[in-house]
Amino acid sequence: MSPGHRHLPPSPEDRHLPPPQEVVERALAASRADGCAVIVEEVSQAEVRFANNTTTTNGVRRNRRVAVVSFRALAGADAGADADAGGPGSGTGRRRGGAAGAGPSAVGVASGSGEVDIEALVRASEAEAGGAGPAEDAFAPVEPGPGAGSMGSTAFDEPSVPTSPAALAGVIAGLGDAFGRARAAGNRLAGFATHGIETVYLGTSAGLRLRHAQPAGTMELVARSADGSRSVWAGAGTSTFEDIDLHAFEQRLERRLAWAGRRVELPAGRYEVLLPPDATADLMVAMSEAMSGRDAEEGRSPFSSPGGGTKIGEPLCALPFELRGDPGEPGLEAAPFLVTAASGTDVSVFDNGLSVGPTSWIEGGRLRRLRYHRAAAAHSGVDPSPPVGNLTLALPGATAALDDMIAGTERALLLTCLWYIREVDPVTLLLTGLTRDGVYLVEHGEVVGAVNNFRFNESPLDVLARAVEAGRSERALSREWGEWMNRTAMPPLRVADFNMSSVSPAT
Amino acid sequence: MTSRDSDGLAGLPLQEVRSAALERARALGCSHAEVRVERIRSQFVALRDGRVETTVDDTEIGVGLHVVREGSIGFAATVELNAEAAARLADDAVNLAAQTSAALGTRVEMAEEPSHGEVRWSSPYEVDPTAVPLADKVALLEDWSRRLMASDRVDHVAARVLAVVEDKHYADLSGTVTTQRRVRIYPVVEAVAVDAESGSFESMRTIAPPVGRGWEYTSGRGWDWDAELDTIPSLLAEKVASPTVEAGTYDLVIDPSNLWLTIHESVGHATELDRALGYEAAYAGTSFATFDKLGTLRYGSPVMHVVGDRTTPHGLASVGYDDEGVESQSFDIVRDGVLVGYQLDRRMAAENGFARSNGCAFADSPLHVPIQRMANVSLQPAPGDGPSTEELLSGVDRGIYVVGDKSWSIDMQRYNFQFTGQRFYKVEHGRLAGQCKDVAYQAQTTEFWGSLEAVGGRATYVLGGAFNCGKGQPGQVAPVSHGCPSGLFRGIRVLNTRAEASR
Repeated sequence: MSPGHRHLPPSPEDRHLPPPQEVVERALAASRADGCAVIVEEVSQAEVRFANNTTTTNGVRRNRRVAVVSFRALAGADAGADADAGGPGSGTGRRRGGAAGAGPSAVGVASGSGEVDIEALVRASEAEAGGAGPAEDAFAPVEPGPGAGSMGSTAFDEPSVPTSPAALAGVIAGLGDAFGRARAAGNRLAGFATHGIETVYLGTSAGLRLRHAQPAGTMELVARSADGSRSVWAGAGTSTFEDIDLHAFEQRLERRLAWAGRRVELPAGRYEVLLPPDATADLMVAMSEAMSGRDAEEGRSPFSSPGGGTKIGEPLCALPFELRGDPGEPGLEAAPFLVTAASGTDVSVFDNGLSVGPTSWIEGGRLRRLRYHRAAAAHSGVDPSPPVGNLTLALPGATAALDDMIAGTERALLLTCLWYIREVDPVTLLLTGLTRDGVYLVEHGEVVGAVNNFRFNESPLDVLARAVEAGRSERALSREWGEWMNRTAMPPLRVADFNMSSVSPAT
Repeated sequence: MTSRDSDGLAGLPLQEVRSAALERARALGCSHAEVRVERIRSQFVALRDGRVETTVDDTEIGVGLHVVREGSIGFAATVELNAEAAARLADDAVNLAAQTSAALGTRVEMAEEPSHGEVRWSSPYEVDPTAVPLADKVALLEDWSRRLMASDRVDHVAARVLAVVEDKHYADLSGTVTTQRRVRIYPVVEAVAVDAESGSFESMRTIAPPVGRGWEYTSGRGWDWDAELDTIPSLLAEKVASPTVEAGTYDLVIDPSNLWLTIHESVGHATELDRALGYEAAYAGTSFATFDKLGTLRYGSPVMHVVGDRTTPHGLASVGYDDEGVESQSFDIVRDGVLVGYQLDRRMAAENGFARSNGCAFADSPLHVPIQRMANVSLQPAPGDGPSTEELLSGVDRGIYVVGDKSWSIDMQRYNFQFTGQRFYKVEHGRLAGQCKDVAYQAQTTEFWGSLEAVGGRATYVLGGAFNCGKGQPGQVAPVSHGCPSGLFRGIRVLNTRAEASR
């Protein structure tokens, strides 16, 4: 199969599973609850993995996940019995179950994969709702209309979209030659190419019928010298793989291996660094996961204001950065409505089908929004802000590419990506982690050699605050978080005084 | 099937699916084929300040087929359980193996393993945690939450329990057919104290480990929950009021509740042979403990003895037979401080001259390919009666006693690591002198283990562990336990995490 012909095959006719729409309708029809949401996810994935110039584990899979969410309306007395359950430790002791637009409700969720017994799954979720107390995230169901997801019933009737190894055909076809070139140069290639499409169907007893097909692909390539002393990485997120050129990846790596021709040992300390977009993504995705409105209100977040309240409205950084999510972001398209089979601090199963639109988390360098589900938002008097399936950091007006920033550098460390990032102190959002697969010394506008790796201790909030320059945003792949946050666009950043806490001898 | 250890697979067409997949694979010329039909029940309940925040009750069912044909690997998986779909897996897997064979640099072989015939195995447990009604789980977590919230030193409480029952039916071309059940549970409670004026906060979490047990774990079998919950508010209050640590070099006495994770990262992952050989170079990383150093690498001091096993009762990696049909084993990894062994799967064993795999293949889902995953990698206690933790502390003039794990990070070759913990006690002249805070310890692996002066005796030994060890692409999550005694380490670098964050 040539890479130019990627018309994917339709779903096999001989599959024994009933169509996803039928599962949704049968589950809704079986429901005896006061409200019900049914989620069917059809997953199709293919991957090729390789290392030491040979393919290793290659796979294809098909999955179907079905989740049934049952809601049970509670009478007033029933709901009130739990009102003080929070006790003295529950902050304000507030009840969220009585939020505007909602009667108190209990909720139960049950999920399964494959050819589920629909009746049994519905009863299991109802049994859980029957045994549950009032849900603090209870809210009125999302009604069809402007507030709900924007895709119509026609799309709902469409079949799921499968992928196959054909999507990776261009990469697979090129690997043998790439391995040959690597062997000849004394290098070893390792990497991973994966393409998947998740088609989700959401139906609710309030009348929503929504569908979204989400493609997600990742290409990663590592080249290591045979003695392991030099190692470089390139990665990219993609929807179709049509924009992935294996040979171009090899050339990016060859440039970096050449940079590593001269080795410079540098000690721990604070350095000016140039973060490529991929490394910026490593830090920004971690930060976005800490943007819980409730945690901030309760004083247990880096976004809490000393003295109480949140930092919404406060300046976070001198440069007028914008951090946003937008389902319509070109090239990073994501679901325009919320689907979730589990409630959490800022996400609620009651919000299934809620429209997800453009959301500015940071604007003009000021914190604009934190994540809230509808019940929490109503309680706090803010707009609901569900998570968005992509993340973009941009400095309005910035045009420089990373190479331009290298050319304008007196002395700095150029990084490639960050790795093994973990939170050290949630108060400051101090993160630790490693530089990986390429740290370079830039002097007088040119890369002059490769530097040892470092362990860093830094907060992404401080990184934004100490950023002195940003380039134009482009699609980026967080190596650390890319498997579940594939769609990011980030700028290269120049950051002063980046804290390299110790040297890592690793390559 | 009627016995308790196979109920989870009751009603599934096991024989039909496995026969269809294996027969088709054999007919297509596969030299190796293994098929797994699995049912994994996972339940998760989380309470925030005594109120239910999250519930998950999930049942994953599927079948995966892994083949080797003409030295090339293919894997295919589906959630459809019938003969036709199973046979199609063989076609899909073989097609993928053929499609990628042009890029094959090294032919894949699998180390020999005798057929074990039809066998059954179950991990030891008393009460299936997934059969306990949600309301009972919520009631327990409510009770635990209330007890902590009753303290005016506690502002917020998170209480969670994750329980998994993993039923796995495996068959391969050699005639091994295994039916196994593993049960595991992880309850955890965390208290938070907020100082709204300063915008600061601290937390204290239970150090009860996740274990391979049933619901009985929550009522005192294997852990004294009442005793631990009673101490959390005062421990938290003491931490809040404690002085910030002075960065510098300290002797550390590390409690098993913290040390297990350091073992996991700096010994467990470093001694996976696929990593050491570069097969994880693009993702999890490689290892400083390269294969040429087997038998000679000075990993640590002579008191360091590390064993890998998949046999320890209640161990999270324990199993009867692995996901390549290899009977579980116990083997030395570091003896007298020297690297003497690696964790293997059949492919790594065959490629590198081992007669047999030591049984470390695992797939976290029927839809994922088995790869080498971690055994229970455990540091052995001192022989005989051995020292108590107090006796280890008595040998420290200026140090820190580290309890409970929290933050962790290590580099891609397993040299440079940094860990924090739940609580830290100053040690002065051989005695505990109150908590301090904002501590992280940072070291290089062989220097750290070389500074191990003494390990505690059997009485200090605790089996810790985690549900969420990550490896592979697509990512797989494995449960694993690590037993260890308390340990005394000399001259370790300690950072002040607030100072690290200040500009």
